[in-house]
Amino acid sequence: MGMTIAEKIIAAAAGVPEAHAGEIHTVELDRMMSNDGTTHLTIDMYNQKLKHPRIADVSKLVWIVDHNVPADSVKTAASQKKMRDFAREHGIAFWEGKGVCHQIMMEHYVRPGELIFGADSHTCAYGALGAFGTGVGCTDYLYAMVTGKSWLMVPETLRFHLTGRLREGVYARDVILTIIGRIGANGANYKAMEFVGEGLKSLTLGDRIAICNLCVEAGAKTALMEVDSVALEYLKARGREPKALYASDPDAVFAAEYTVDLGEIEPIVAKPHFVDNVVPAREAYGVKIDEAFLGSCNNGRLEDLRVGAALLKGRKVAPHVRFLVVPASQEVYRDAMEEGLLDVFMEAGAIVMNANCSVCWGSCQGVIGDGEVLISTGTRNFKGRAGSPSGQVYLASAATVTASAIAGEITTADRLSGGAL
Amino acid sequence: MSEAFTARVWVLGDDIDTDIIIPTEYLALKTIDDMKPYAFSPLRPELAGQIQPGDVIVAGKNFGCGSSREQAPEVIKALGVRCVIAKSFARIFFRNAINNGLLLMECGGVQDAVQEGEEIQVEPGRAITCGGTQYPVAALPQNLLDILEAGGLVKAMRKRNGLE
Repeated sequence: MGMTIAEKIIAAAAGVPEAHAGEIHTVELDRMMSNDGTTHLTIDMYNQKLKHPRIADVSKLVWIVDHNVPADSVKTAASQKKMRDFAREHGIAFWEGKGVCHQIMMEHYVRPGELIFGADSHTCAYGALGAFGTGVGCTDYLYAMVTGKSWLMVPETLRFHLTGRLREGVYARDVILTIIGRIGANGANYKAMEFVGEGLKSLTLGDRIAICNLCVEAGAKTALMEVDSVALEYLKARGREPKALYASDPDAVFAAEYTVDLGEIEPIVAKPHFVDNVVPAREAYGVKIDEAFLGSCNNGRLEDLRVGAALLKGRKVAPHVRFLVVPASQEVYRDAMEEGLLDVFMEAGAIVMNANCSVCWGSCQGVIGDGEVLISTGTRNFKGRAGSPSGQVYLASAATVTASAIAGEITTADRLSGGAL
Repeated sequence: MSEAFTARVWVLGDDIDTDIIIPTEYLALKTIDDMKPYAFSPLRPELAGQIQPGDVIVAGKNFGCGSSREQAPEVIKALGVRCVIAKSFARIFFRNAINNGLLLMECGGVQDAVQEGEEIQVEPGRAITCGGTQYPVAALPQNLLDILEAGGLVKAMRKRNGLE
């Protein structure tokens, strides 16, 4: 019986010839990432609840401080100190201030065919490089850290055939929001989302990360893409080799298959307070905004900053709008600096900030006040996610967010050049 | 974990996300007990103070969607909620709840029949009874029941390794 990519990765991790949806397997993990959102809890359990605490293989652990960087209160400073001290004591790879955890993982660690646990829900981003990344809580993380293993139920797979090419002004963010709108916020619950087809080949690695990253907003356990020359070139440039390359077998069983014509997709926004509450951006035109955010593990890469800077060149951020630009990593930051993009942002009145999760996670820089409206390339628009529970968060592409920052109200890039405003 | 019980119900809707269950700004508080007053605060600020130990929550689809923060099931358990009954659960929340010994039951139908404040009969792994009507509940696999019975994953691991 044929297997999907997800089934093949789990079978290899479980050391069995075949794995199929619905089975529960004990798996050996290739890597375990944790960030300052919950690592202090893992450390407390490790120190207080285990009789014989040990780390199965310290070389597999990566700890990243990215949620509150630099620390914004005495409390977060204390929890980060706990993480920093523990990492140093045990020799755990430790990153601080270098960028959002998933971007760091893509730049430095993820390899095709790996099975990776991350104590963060957006770990499914790693599917852009053909790795099975899945989010877990700190107890699952602790178990994996101590034993090197965990249990997984093999997920069913939803397969998305991408055809056509994106039109100008339409981006990966619009693709995944369209898909989430179609299948709903729990449309892929417990399932894997697999992306294949000619349309996929036309997408950059950044596009692919943006699509896989947001699959958890449809409930997905993981997202997976076939590895092609685009992904292999990214790895090669960074001196990494695939662990294994997998494609689904012709006779693999899928829970459902969809065809998505990229050429039919238009700019989308997700309205408050759910990611699947999507409408064409044109239906939200005119909504006044107080803040705009370009950044996050979803859309804080160099290509996103290029899109924003190209629109801003020669224009200004609307006077009453705070436009926060937050590169997803220091590497992105330096590249953007060398290209002169940061000058463009600052010249236009944007606030360029250090690489971190920022307002996407809503507990540090840039939170919005009562009744304020934010348009964001962040991952979520839940009630209270970006600050005040009475705030309103719209999600959109880098282009739509930047165009809206210029206009002071929700709009799309084509309307800027068309002079419709 | 498996014995039947009667409990008072709090009713919530669909897609109750982890930012509703415990908002980001309170995650830096030192203990789960410190976070308790803020549970569900973006949606119903008064709810945390009204929930009594032994109560249950009945919700719609996709309960616990969103982040992997384990404080979400922990704070519900700390409030004394005996179980959460929902049409479906988001997967990370589901694992986190089981790993912390919080009983979850997937059940459709009871949401439309029960009013907040009413009492229902809960038979874990079998059925929910409300207003004389029984709503079936799917049984959990044995390995998950073992974790729940032990009071969570860490305790189950200690038990399996002969440490408890």
